[in-house]
Amino acid sequence: MEMSKHNTDAELEVKKSTVLNSGWSAKARSDAFDRIAKSGLPTARDEYWKYTNPKTLTNKIVEKASLVTEHESDIFKSVRPLKIVFVDGKFSPEKSDKLMLSGLSIERLDTIKKLDLHWAKELYGRYEKLGQLSVSRPLAAYNTAYANEGLIIHVTDRVERPINIIYEHENEYSDVILHHVIKIDSNAELTLLESGAAAARLNQVLEVEVNEDAKFNHIRVLGRDHERRAATHIFGELSRCSIFKSFTLTVNGILTRNECFLNIAGDDAMAHISGACVGDGDFHHDDTVFVTHDAVGSESRQVFKKVLRNGATGVFQGKILVKPDAQKTDGYQISQSLLLDDDSQFLAKPELEIYADDVACSHGSTSGAIDEDALFYLTSRGISKPVAIDMLTMAFLAEAVDEIDNDNLKDVILELLSGWLERRR
Amino acid sequence: MLKINNLHVSLEDEDKEILKGVDLTVDAGKVHAIMGPNGSGKSTLSYVLSGKEGYNVTDGSVELNGDDIMELEPEERAALGLFLAFQYPIEIPGVGNMTFLRTALNAQRKARGEDEIGATDFLRLVREKAAALKIDSDMLKRPVNVGFSGGEKKRNEILQMAMLEPKICILDETDSGLDVDAMKLVANGVNALRDEGRGFLVITHYQRLLDHIKPDVVHIMADGKIIKSGGPELALEVENNGYSDLLDEAS
Repeated sequence: MEMSKHNTDAELEVKKSTVLNSGWSAKARSDAFDRIAKSGLPTARDEYWKYTNPKTLTNKIVEKASLVTEHESDIFKSVRPLKIVFVDGKFSPEKSDKLMLSGLSIERLDTIKKLDLHWAKELYGRYEKLGQLSVSRPLAAYNTAYANEGLIIHVTDRVERPINIIYEHENEYSDVILHHVIKIDSNAELTLLESGAAAARLNQVLEVEVNEDAKFNHIRVLGRDHERRAATHIFGELSRCSIFKSFTLTVNGILTRNECFLNIAGDDAMAHISGACVGDGDFHHDDTVFVTHDAVGSESRQVFKKVLRNGATGVFQGKILVKPDAQKTDGYQISQSLLLDDDSQFLAKPELEIYADDVACSHGSTSGAIDEDALFYLTSRGISKPVAIDMLTMAFLAEAVDEIDNDNLKDVILELLSGWLERRR
Repeated sequence: MLKINNLHVSLEDEDKEILKGVDLTVDAGKVHAIMGPNGSGKSTLSYVLSGKEGYNVTDGSVELNGDDIMELEPEERAALGLFLAFQYPIEIPGVGNMTFLRTALNAQRKARGEDEIGATDFLRLVREKAAALKIDSDMLKRPVNVGFSGGEKKRNEILQMAMLEPKICILDETDSGLDVDAMKLVANGVNALRDEGRGFLVITHYQRLLDHIKPDVVHIMADGKIIKSGGPELALEVENNGYSDLLDEAS
């Protein structure tokens, strides 16, 4: 079946025959293929891609992404995580720790093809599919259909030691699709850390099922390679009294689109999604977030801060949907940018859609420059202007970084941010 | 120490002259007070001296211990020993008061080629100075001036002054918004810093601050100029009769 809707010669191939015939996931892949066949790949004409041109994400040709010399493999070493390394999207047994940790099981998408892993069979592509109901997310469907690598993690207990998936980028033209599935049982807990540039072009999906009273804690750092491109999707489903917390730090990257779709299906659950990004020059960063409240007494927070300079672009599309029976919902959304010059821009589309009558929801979006009065105050005390600007920039980012509970992890993020700022003084 | 010579200043974005030839010399060890009606240019003078943007110096010069400071950045002036206690101290959410103080102190030390102060010594110093101003550890931990009352903000200004040990201290209406007890506390802080090597320029509307910080010289400023200078008795004259007699006398 050929794509006819967007008939550009250079688009990615979408043919049913090319979908992996991969045993247990075949049905999910075939369904996903049908979804993308219906929607087509995204184009700049799509409303959902109004602020971010997807062309280089859907082109058959992958743009080159030069490598930064140093790897960022060890940024989370202070919390001694279990390390799982992918090099240009290929799992590296040599670089990884043994995939064993008490309280969970880890399988690889590429090696469980033959097994009939019942829970995974039900889960793979399931929440991605749910996420397509409100808005079409073709790159995620494409991912489900074509992904060959990723992790299938089943968490059965409270796991204290974090897992760190490290994405190394060694090939300047690597085009990578990764699909992770995580199931967290009732009362279980996982901290997932992700770090690294991953590929010249990355298409990643992370599906997470957080069951009753379970907790998912997620911190990721998208790698520093300037020319890398990434489209990532998180799909999460929250049961009663569960907690979902995800923070993303983005420093550099010519194009990043991070979508997060959460469905709060259980009462009294809590979802916090936050992000900080700092971009200089050829930098385009898009956070597109969609939180659905479909249960009573749940809470959601979206906190996104962007520092932009030398013509960098930041995008925020955030929505809170409160379904008719989702009474006592507490929804909060803030997106702010700090523009360090006139050439940079921030494009924001905050949305609330509320069908219940007993809810508290608020949203705000601002764009501003460095506060000149604060800058004068600091410099009048002897602090040099570049240092004072950095102090005010870090202060601006603080609200997003404060979303991280763990102090060690927070320090890692703060250090990365201040390091980035210092190098650009 | 501070030598202001025929200083003319206008606003950058409108062609309006605010200071019209200010002449003033503050010697080391002396406290000079500037009084004057609203709009006479007192606060502008304090901002121009400390290097705030938005003003054009069209004529004249300012020297601090022989260095011409008008071309210098605010941080360079601070490193040379100039300090402005703000009339309205700025709130800076997200920047901790301690971090701010330590960064400022070490930046000045570094600029002067001195060693940076270590964490332990800094802590000891700041606790000692804060105690004298009744600033508790909670205030030190909070973001700069955020959630501080008017009095706390002014005490925080004096704490910064005590920590940075400047050579010339400019106090811009430090008494505004203070009750009597708070004013005494602030005045005690200032008096503790008075010594032979340090000059003060105290800008105020009211005589009452000068009851606590006794000036050596009082200047009356009106319409961008110093129109009269004298001893402490000049402040009393203003307190009793207002500015109108002095203004008439000058014109």
